[in-house]
Amino acid sequence: MSAATITQPDTTATEAAPTTTSGDTAPGLREGAFGNARCLSCRECGHEVELGPHYACPECFGPLEVAYDFPAVTREEIEAGPRNIWRYKALLPVPTDIEQSPNTEPGFTRLLQAHNLGRELGLDKLWVKDDSTNPTNSFKDRVVACALSAATELHAKVFACPSTGNLANAVAAAGARAGIKTVVFIPSNLEKPKQVNSAVYTDRLVAVDGNYDDVNKLASEIAGEEEGWAFVNVNVRPFYAEGSKTLGYEIAEQLGWRLPDQVVIPVASGSQLTKVHKAFRELVDLGLVEDKPVKIFGAQATGCSPVSSAYKSGTDAIRPVKPDTIAKSLAIGNPADGIYVLDICRETGGAVEDITDDEVRQGILLLARTEGIFTETAGGTTVGVLKKLVETGQLDTSLETVVINTGMGLKTLDAVADEVGPAATIKPTYAAFTDAGIV
Amino acid sequence: MSVSVRVPTILRTYTGGESEVTATGATLAEVIDDLDASYAGIKARILDDNGALRRFVNVYVGDEDVRFLDELATPTPAGTKVSVIPAVAGG
Repeated sequence: MSAATITQPDTTATEAAPTTTSGDTAPGLREGAFGNARCLSCRECGHEVELGPHYACPECFGPLEVAYDFPAVTREEIEAGPRNIWRYKALLPVPTDIEQSPNTEPGFTRLLQAHNLGRELGLDKLWVKDDSTNPTNSFKDRVVACALSAATELHAKVFACPSTGNLANAVAAAGARAGIKTVVFIPSNLEKPKQVNSAVYTDRLVAVDGNYDDVNKLASEIAGEEEGWAFVNVNVRPFYAEGSKTLGYEIAEQLGWRLPDQVVIPVASGSQLTKVHKAFRELVDLGLVEDKPVKIFGAQATGCSPVSSAYKSGTDAIRPVKPDTIAKSLAIGNPADGIYVLDICRETGGAVEDITDDEVRQGILLLARTEGIFTETAGGTTVGVLKKLVETGQLDTSLETVVINTGMGLKTLDAVADEVGPAATIKPTYAAFTDAGIV
Repeated sequence: MSVSVRVPTILRTYTGGESEVTATGATLAEVIDDLDASYAGIKARILDDNGALRRFVNVYVGDEDVRFLDELATPTPAGTKVSVIPAVAGG
């Protein structure tokens, strides 16, 4: 059987990709390459496509999503797994021997009870899911690990991505560990730390003069032209996106196999929020947690808030915007999953809210000074929106709430560099110290 | 007006595998109609039953997303490059 590569479709075909029966995969893939995944299914029209390097529905261009035939899964089996995302491998599109493939082993990050922040905001039970402690310090390590598995199974020769920074870091590191040629594309105005954090792992960092949407467009074009390239968030996106479910699985497991009442999640493309919601539903359907209402809230920066604007207008028409915010990791002007974020937040009784860049900075400081967690601008946005949701009465302060911190402040030092510094500069004498009145 | 149209992978079954084709039209709407005359059925992949751009399709005239311009009424002068790209998302 010839090896499958990520190639252009058979150009002699005159019909769109055929519908698939259970377990159909592209030729050249080994048995169980995608675990318990059954097919790719269009989220919009339900059209089904074989498992392979496809991301857009041939009928309606809608997003393709992995559909599964899950076996029975027990809490004990999961608890016996490694302390990383692969403990949930039965629920992910990865083979059962995934732990034997070199990868960065992300996930199973801390879920911290935020007593001080909760007290500050008037929340009785507040938790922070702190993904800053992942291998490259953002939640992107999760989704990249799933994409790498797909790329490996599809015999990709290049592992690539367009990125606002965190994804580039994660892809570059994961590619280095797996020993695969890696190319990452970023907007040329990206914060320097994020550039260094990718270039250190690969000598194929490409800076593109444009915003993220321009870089994404270029990546889509390259994916269509080049053979054997796996763009993690383009042509293997359905597999990549599933990695975000592990945030939801971990929150539930770490709370003692129960769901929280409210979750606040940052919204860039909207994919993470939709996958956390999907994870909660899967756990309920598998009987791993008791069903209960969970209100889901989305957080955006005002300078790039197409989803929040649509939410507040009461419409589901999301108008693309040109991003202008310090929260560059949330600067997706045309969020492909935005409409699903609106559906989920409305249906669950949550909301989508946005805050100014100053409020983002204050959010970073608030989390650092109450809980000792240094987040980046996306996390400042999430914490700042949590605060706004409380102040505007949209969030119930008596309910158990989780806020997801997706990244690490060292990557966006510029955001708070002018806000913090020494309390005083003193001469090296005891008198100077007491005169400064620091304590 | 003769324009070039960049076709995404999933529509190349209509264009016999060609990634770039030419079409004529003074506006994007006319260009899409002309494409459909040459490659029957392609219009229905790009526009929905109401004749509007499908939600998950991005069409660029030059480097601009037409949703920031005049949507299907966006002018397409001779030599313009039109790109049809499925919506993707974050990174």
